[in-house]
Amino acid sequence: MGRKLLLEHINVPGINTFDVYRQNGGYRALEKALKTMSSDDIVEEVKKSGLRGRGGAGFPTGMKWSFLAKPEGKARYLVCNADESEPGTFKDRYLMTYIPHLLVEGMIVSSFALGANTSYIYVRGEMMPQIRILEKAIAEAKAAGFLGKNILGSGFDHEVYVQPGGGAYICGEETALIESLEGKRGNPRIKPPFPAISGLYNCPTVVNNVETIAAVVPIVNDSGDEYAKLGIGRSTGTKLISASGNLNKPGVYEIELGVSVEEFIYSDEYCGGIANGKRLKAVVAGGSSVPILPANLILKTANGENRLMTYESLAEGGFATGTMLGSGGFVAFDEDQCIVRNTWNFSRFYHHESCGQCSPCREGTGWMEKVLHRLEYGHGKLSDIDLLVDVSKKIEGNTICPLGDAAAWPVASAIRHFRDEFEWHVTNPKEAMERNFGLAHYADPLPKPEPELSQN
Amino acid sequence: MLNIAQPEEVTFSPELITRFNEIVTRYPEGKQKSALLPILHLVQAEFGWVSAPAMDKVAEYLHIKSIEVYEVATFYTMFFLKPLGKHVLEVCRTGPCCLVGAEKIMKYIEQKLGVKEGEVTPDGLFSWRGVECLAACGMGPVLQIGPEYKFHENLTEAKIDELIDSLRLTTADKPQIS
Ligand SMILES: Cc1cc2nc3c(=O)[nH]c(=O)nc-3n(C[C@H](O)[C@H](O)[C@H](O)COP(=O)(O)O)c2cc1C
Ligand code: SF4
Ligand code: FES
Repeated sequence: MGRKLLLEHINVPGINTFDVYRQNGGYRALEKALKTMSSDDIVEEVKKSGLRGRGGAGFPTGMKWSFLAKPEGKARYLVCNADESEPGTFKDRYLMTYIPHLLVEGMIVSSFALGANTSYIYVRGEMMPQIRILEKAIAEAKAAGFLGKNILGSGFDHEVYVQPGGGAYICGEETALIESLEGKRGNPRIKPPFPAISGLYNCPTVVNNVETIAAVVPIVNDSGDEYAKLGIGRSTGTKLISASGNLNKPGVYEIELGVSVEEFIYSDEYCGGIANGKRLKAVVAGGSSVPILPANLILKTANGENRLMTYESLAEGGFATGTMLGSGGFVAFDEDQCIVRNTWNFSRFYHHESCGQCSPCREGTGWMEKVLHRLEYGHGKLSDIDLLVDVSKKIEGNTICPLGDAAAWPVASAIRHFRDEFEWHVTNPKEAMERNFGLAHYADPLPKPEPELSQN
Repeated sequence: MLNIAQPEEVTFSPELITRFNEIVTRYPEGKQKSALLPILHLVQAEFGWVSAPAMDKVAEYLHIKSIEVYEVATFYTMFFLKPLGKHVLEVCRTGPCCLVGAEKIMKYIEQKLGVKEGEVTPDGLFSWRGVECLAACGMGPVLQIGPEYKFHENLTEAKIDELIDSLRLTTADKPQIS
């Protein structure tokens, strides 16, 4: 059993309430921080922990915090990114539903470290039940004296508010989120200036993911060095993985970074293997934006080493043969799934969610969706495949925010690894609409008890 | 927006205004525009959709221009700019849910309700539409119903039957403007 830091008490009945959370050691980090530590001490512990942003980009949190500008007389803000809209990701919803006080405690401790007297939790509007849960948790913390004026006699004043979004994936991008929180359309800002200098209301702002902020609690409790003992290399600590798709046990798992992908998929402690006795065909390991990999490359690197659930191991081989840990949205495809259809589906998503500010993203995502649609529905041409690669290259790197890259990578990687499946859609249009291609060709190379697979 | 029949006038109840007043206190002096999204959610919960006169009223309340409200309401997908059924079934249509049968569920809902995506059943009770990933991919297929956005997970045809039957029996009327 791997160590759990965030979900250690998740099965304790009533852990979503203040009293039970408190009885299980809750708000200890807050007491320790406010009574015995300075802001700088906390930032130092977070740096030592090696914690990296859990929202997708994996940027070191301690470093991000130390960039926060501190001009005299200007407010500073902490904004928690609970927009969670990256397809395949549902860990933040889980954490907020079942152990909301962990986030609230993390918000107060992190705000103290950053010198922010007001913080906001920006939750996607569809999560109304979670918004209510957080509001209740905040009220309970306030009643206990952990929010408000002069908390625990430390002289630190703090309020946390919950803000609903309105249904827009782009508001997960931190500057779009800030615009949205100011009551505007979620159009990402051109950087620089970075939010650390000029963010919410033009004040210095840190935006962190839900899981990142929750992880500050065990770091303060046990020390940064203790946290850094978990994991491998620069992938320290634990990570919540949202597992979905054709798995026996989809769900949210807290893993110690460094578990092998094979163990994660097949062991009973985690996903328990592929559903219905089928074989694994492909995996999107870090949310829809990261490159898709065929079964053989997700289980082992191109050098034949076991692939591990770490930032580095998943990226091994670059985009040619690797992918990214991203947000930890782990989507498994069984042998019956169609890569072309899924790629079309993802492209439609990015086209739908593009904010429209940059032409390469606004137009390019539309073209990709259109071309993929005709490939999937049996009237594509072979030249369409290179056209897709060409369009994806023209989007990548040419946009204001990374949504453009996020739209380009799934398409480019699907063609890189599954080109013959795209070609087969062109050469066998009728069959392509009726059944899937390539079963044995791509599927999981491990010996499985399941015999006979259909051939093509 | 302009080709939708709009109500003549919309009034916000004192209770609604009280809730607006509370929301505005969450932001610094002069930044009351931040209250726009939470207020639009309340307006939609109250009236079932967000009409132009309602948006004008919100603008007036927040001391901003009407166009600032329109541009926001049209950007975010959760706001309905025309009246829909009393219960709007929003089914996730994104990749991970499709791996576990979301497309079949949408077809079933369409057939069961007898209306296309975005339309309203003749009795005014139901609409349905596909929406993007709802952050519940491990429990797919999944749908949500506003204004409280309760989730219905691991959907099957039998669960859809049950859900629609129970919604038909719900008596609490959401006030509608038409
Ligand atoms: C299109 C787009 C969508 C994003 N969606 C999310 C999201 O839903 N949740 C999140 O935490 N970060 C999301 N991010 C990453 C944020 O911009 C930002 O890096 C993150 O919130 C920083 O927090 P962290 O350092 O704790 O990871 C998204 C980025 C992009 C470009
Ligand atoms: S890349 Fe796309 S989503 Fe990002 S700012 Fe440009 S148009 Fe908007
Ligand atoms: S794909 Fe349906 S909830 Fe994420």
